[in-house]
Amino acid sequence: MAEFFLSYYAYWFIFALTVVGLYGMLVKKNLVKKLIGMTIFQTSVIVFFVASASKWNATIPVIDPEIGADPSGYINPIPHTLMLTAIVVGVATIGLALALLMSIYRRYHTLDEPHLLQRMK
Amino acid sequence: MIEHNLPVLVPLILLLGALSVSVFGSWKRALAFPLALASVAAALVVAVLGVRQTIIVGTVRYYLGGWVAPIGIEYVLDPLSAFMMTVVLTVAVLVFVHARTVVAAELPGRAIPFYSVALLLLTGFSGIVMAGDLFNLYVFLEISSLAGYALIAVGEKPSPVAAFRYLLVGTIGASFYLLGVGFIYIMTGSLNIADLTKILPAVVSEAPVVAGLILMVVGLAIKMALFPLHGWLPDAYTYAPSSSSALIAPIGTKIGAYVLLRILFFTFEPGTVRDTLPVADIILWLSLGGILFGSVMAIAQKELKRMLAYSSVAQIGYIGLGIGLANPLGLVGAVLHVLNHAFMKGGLFLVAGNLRLQIGHSTIPAFDDSLRKAMPWTMAAFALFSLSMIGIPPTAGFFSKWYLVLAGFENSNWIAIVVILASSLLNAVYFFRVLEKVYLRSNKKGEETDIHLPRKEVNFSMLAPTVVLAAGLLVLGVLNAVIVTEIIVLMIPSGL
Repeated sequence: MAEFFLSYYAYWFIFALTVVGLYGMLVKKNLVKKLIGMTIFQTSVIVFFVASASKWNATIPVIDPEIGADPSGYINPIPHTLMLTAIVVGVATIGLALALLMSIYRRYHTLDEPHLLQRMK
Repeated sequence: MIEHNLPVLVPLILLLGALSVSVFGSWKRALAFPLALASVAAALVVAVLGVRQTIIVGTVRYYLGGWVAPIGIEYVLDPLSAFMMTVVLTVAVLVFVHARTVVAAELPGRAIPFYSVALLLLTGFSGIVMAGDLFNLYVFLEISSLAGYALIAVGEKPSPVAAFRYLLVGTIGASFYLLGVGFIYIMTGSLNIADLTKILPAVVSEAPVVAGLILMVVGLAIKMALFPLHGWLPDAYTYAPSSSSALIAPIGTKIGAYVLLRILFFTFEPGTVRDTLPVADIILWLSLGGILFGSVMAIAQKELKRMLAYSSVAQIGYIGLGIGLANPLGLVGAVLHVLNHAFMKGGLFLVAGNLRLQIGHSTIPAFDDSLRKAMPWTMAAFALFSLSMIGIPPTAGFFSKWYLVLAGFENSNWIAIVVILASSLLNAVYFFRVLEKVYLRSNKKGEETDIHLPRKEVNFSMLAPTVVLAAGLLVLGVLNAVIVTEIIVLMIPSGL
């Protein structure tokens, strides 16, 4: 049992991150904290992809004369490349979310959900 | 030459349109609208050519940079995507024509960013439809979602809050989808849809593939607002500017349904999601719940746009029902309903926009027959949209429900048939409630109301799209057999 946990420790860590992120988005009352939760949640997905590409005793995917063309000697570069795009998407989302928060604050002068709901009535 | 480049041309034209609107628009303000309209119209022409091409020669594939799939990235135009693209762009052209007056009135001085972001939204949609691999699909999904949040956030006072909630929920959906793609990539080593259809049958019972499928379906269910994950939709549609809701409501959730269709029937095998894993069944029951819930909630609404938003939840249910029944007739019903609902809901939101511009509100209890006297054409179009939503022949709405009922018979799913019939009655309740006020309730003040209406009917550029969409419902209704036998039959995947 302990071995099962230890051999997948990266995935347990990612699972914990996902849960923390979702908790922040669903439970926290402050909109900025919700956004922080969203960022953590998105990051957990990115870390998941990167972790899936990692390999023991392998090097960066640039052909090394000592290893030759054997693919088991290199890390799979595709998840990393994909995640570069996903990070950019994430940054754009956070930027837009912050702009929305500014506009909410200018209209209602609060970012606290209970107050906000009161003022929206 | 153009035939081979068709898949990549549509997103390219729209993206260039978005850029040139913001560049040339800031140079000469008057250029923004014609440029935006021209690029959508050009994209529509290409999409129609694409439909013709897929009927004649079948699927068109474009390899980006000349790298052949599965190593390279491919854009695919098959009958389903060509059809979706044409529906999306037809509605978009009409909404853009309509938007000219509404945007000037509701978003003074912000027309250039509006058109630019609206074109970006369409770029995202066209990219989703053309994408040949799951990761590109995710990127375009997020492009269209980001543009959608921005379009919603510029509306009434509470609109940024609605957009922020939509952003949080939408990001959860997209991340779930991406996580599912990750699981499938780990098991198969491929992201290309055509490649995956060959690899997946061998590994489909492995736990990570099942988990990946479930995560993707949950994420897409959020994006398409499948009951009970529709929480973001009513607020977002109600508070958005009239043109934004008319653009997003008929198209946005349909694109989510398209991706679901693409994943369930074209990436995985139809047999898998129907028999091995009960995914189709779950979608079926959720859709039935959504149809009833959306219809009942729509009856309870006092505001026209809010009522239409809840009715969207119900109408998405019909599309989900067609997907969930997982037989050829169900697919025909779902795809035909995508087309019909895009016309109906787009038109209804245009009517709501006309009302808001002319009388300043769209609160249903305040309607009376002065409205019909002041805006006879808009109201006649509204009546036609209502009849189609209820499903009265020969309007288009009848035929998609007809195919869904036939699909229900084929699976002997009596509950589905009962729900379709019951929801038609509920639709009748909430649309006749409005029609009764507009056509029968005489207004108490007599002739005076004509004085405080600024103009009787909306101007031509707003009236024309509304009437064209309404007339389109009759045309689609009459031509439905042609559409089904010539176009939709080509989409049915093998094994369904």
